[in-house]
Amino acid sequence: MKIVVLVKQVPDSGEERTLRADDKTVDRDAATKRMNELDEHAIEEALKLAEANGGEVTLLTMGPGDATDTIRKALSMGPDKAVHVSDDALHGSCAIATSKVLAAALGKLEWDLVLCGAESTDGGVQALPHMLAERLGVGAVTGARKVTVEGATVTVERQTDEGYEVLQTEGPAIVSVWDTINEPRYPSFKLIMAAKKKPVESFALADLGVSADEVGLANATSQVLEFAPKPPRQAGVKITDEGEGGAKLVEYLASEKFV
Amino acid sequence: MDFKLSEEHEALRQTVREFARDVVAPVIGDYYERREFPYDIVRQMGQMGLFGLPFPEEYGGMGGDYFALCVALEELARVDSSVAITLEAGVSLGAMPIYRFGSEEQKKTYLPELCRGEKLAAFGLTEPGSGSDAGAITTTARLEGDEWVINGSKAFITNSGTDITTAVTVTAVTGVKPDGRKEISAILAPSGTPGFSVAKEYSKVGWLASDTRELSFDNVRVPASNLVGERGRGYAQFLQILDEGRIAIAALAAGLAQGCVDESVKYARERHAFGQPIGNYQAIQFKIADMETRAHTARLAYYDAAARMLAGEPFKRQAAIAKLHASEIAVTNAREATQVHGGYGFMNEFPVARFWRDSKILEIGEGTSEVQRMLIARDLGL
Repeated sequence: MKIVVLVKQVPDSGEERTLRADDKTVDRDAATKRMNELDEHAIEEALKLAEANGGEVTLLTMGPGDATDTIRKALSMGPDKAVHVSDDALHGSCAIATSKVLAAALGKLEWDLVLCGAESTDGGVQALPHMLAERLGVGAVTGARKVTVEGATVTVERQTDEGYEVLQTEGPAIVSVWDTINEPRYPSFKLIMAAKKKPVESFALADLGVSADEVGLANATSQVLEFAPKPPRQAGVKITDEGEGGAKLVEYLASEKFV
Repeated sequence: MDFKLSEEHEALRQTVREFARDVVAPVIGDYYERREFPYDIVRQMGQMGLFGLPFPEEYGGMGGDYFALCVALEELARVDSSVAITLEAGVSLGAMPIYRFGSEEQKKTYLPELCRGEKLAAFGLTEPGSGSDAGAITTTARLEGDEWVINGSKAFITNSGTDITTAVTVTAVTGVKPDGRKEISAILAPSGTPGFSVAKEYSKVGWLASDTRELSFDNVRVPASNLVGERGRGYAQFLQILDEGRIAIAALAAGLAQGCVDESVKYARERHAFGQPIGNYQAIQFKIADMETRAHTARLAYYDAAARMLAGEPFKRQAAIAKLHASEIAVTNAREATQVHGGYGFMNEFPVARFWRDSKILEIGEGTSEVQRMLIARDLGL
């Protein structure tokens, strides 16, 4: 089976992140860049499925030139090859434009299953799998905590707030995963060395038949008008127990809709 | 002149750093407190291929070099020395003698499972009555028919008593050379061979989550084919193994020294005294600057020794310098990091307390500081 994993390079969510003063897009230069955490889980799942069923894992990344660092790192986990979509015109693209570009790239690849993280730690939109599925006319199941593939049937345990749902679709399909699905492997030195030699194919917009006036900041469907740093955290509520502490706690939790 | 690591080595460093941070750091303090060998961590290190780093793929290794091993040791030791010494001893003392001197059959039998970290091998050189004076060993092995019969005891042997220990390469006196000196050979003693007993874990000052045992051999019979390398070459063989091992210990010591810097910088930013973070005071800044300087020079020293070794150049002096310098500055950095942490530095739940306890042995194991000085002086023609 052929699996494509969508991989995104994001600013490290463990550090202070900000937007650029000039065009209000994510300030990627100021940040330490890394692979979106959930994508590691998507790669791990793809590798497991490929190991169990035979097959090939291809990474697909849309991002600036320096996203090659993330692609190499992702390849060192074990995937066979990668496709890098990069074009200056893509800067500031919204989720809808991104889905158009990735759909076009997926159109050029052979696949039975597309896996991706349930969200990226920078955008956090969560809608990309649905958008891709719509454009490609395939099924999308999002938020998986377990994926099994038997023949063309893809069965997914979809994580919800209360528990999980079991959903089934016929492949080809797009599945997004949460971190509960697996524990990503650490790359071995052998794979690190091999990653350097694995093929990475580059596509520009023109190769995908997408025009520059369909993407980028100027054509984005949403726009950041202004931004401000998060206000500092307020001091919490202190409840002193004078015989009715329990009741007061419940009252507080109820008022904040925790219970 | 280029002191930069290759992209692959940097990627390995990053991977091991993340592993140490995410997998080792959160739990190792508890293992240490319980004096428990961290099987689960060792299994994961095995899956990452760390135990196979410097060995070729045909024996199940990662096809890397000694630099790769050193970088992994340094990053592990930045967080914890028990796991680092388990890897160091597993590779450079356990598997390396088999790889360097073993027969094809010994290599095929032992190396794949050692490279996967599923099994550990140990190296039995030191004895209760002989450490630096390694030629003074009294353990004997006599050939009876097609079997070696081993008698004697070994002391302070790392990785020799774990549930996954498969064999110990022991050095033993196998006869007398024509010039009257002892003939010393190395022989593989599989764990569990009748007469081969492993004492309970020592009560150590540091390295509490590593396995260190005293071994005794009472008429232990192993096949004649368990000889590792040539008969009578045991002494020369382990000297070569120890030369390489010094670079690995230097890397480990540089890692501990760097871990002291990491923890001290973090603490100096958080801890307030007299109205501001203690990191604002020169008394602390200068201490930490000195610690960083020592860690950096220790790293350069082991880089240099490893680079010479890999280039096939003489590296004995440089390895001794690296080991001597790195281990002594590790002790200094651990002492200073503890000082930066004040009273908390004396509490076991703080990593620097563990570093302090773990550092002293670095000036002793795999060649004491005195032996290193002797080697350096000798190499200078004195």
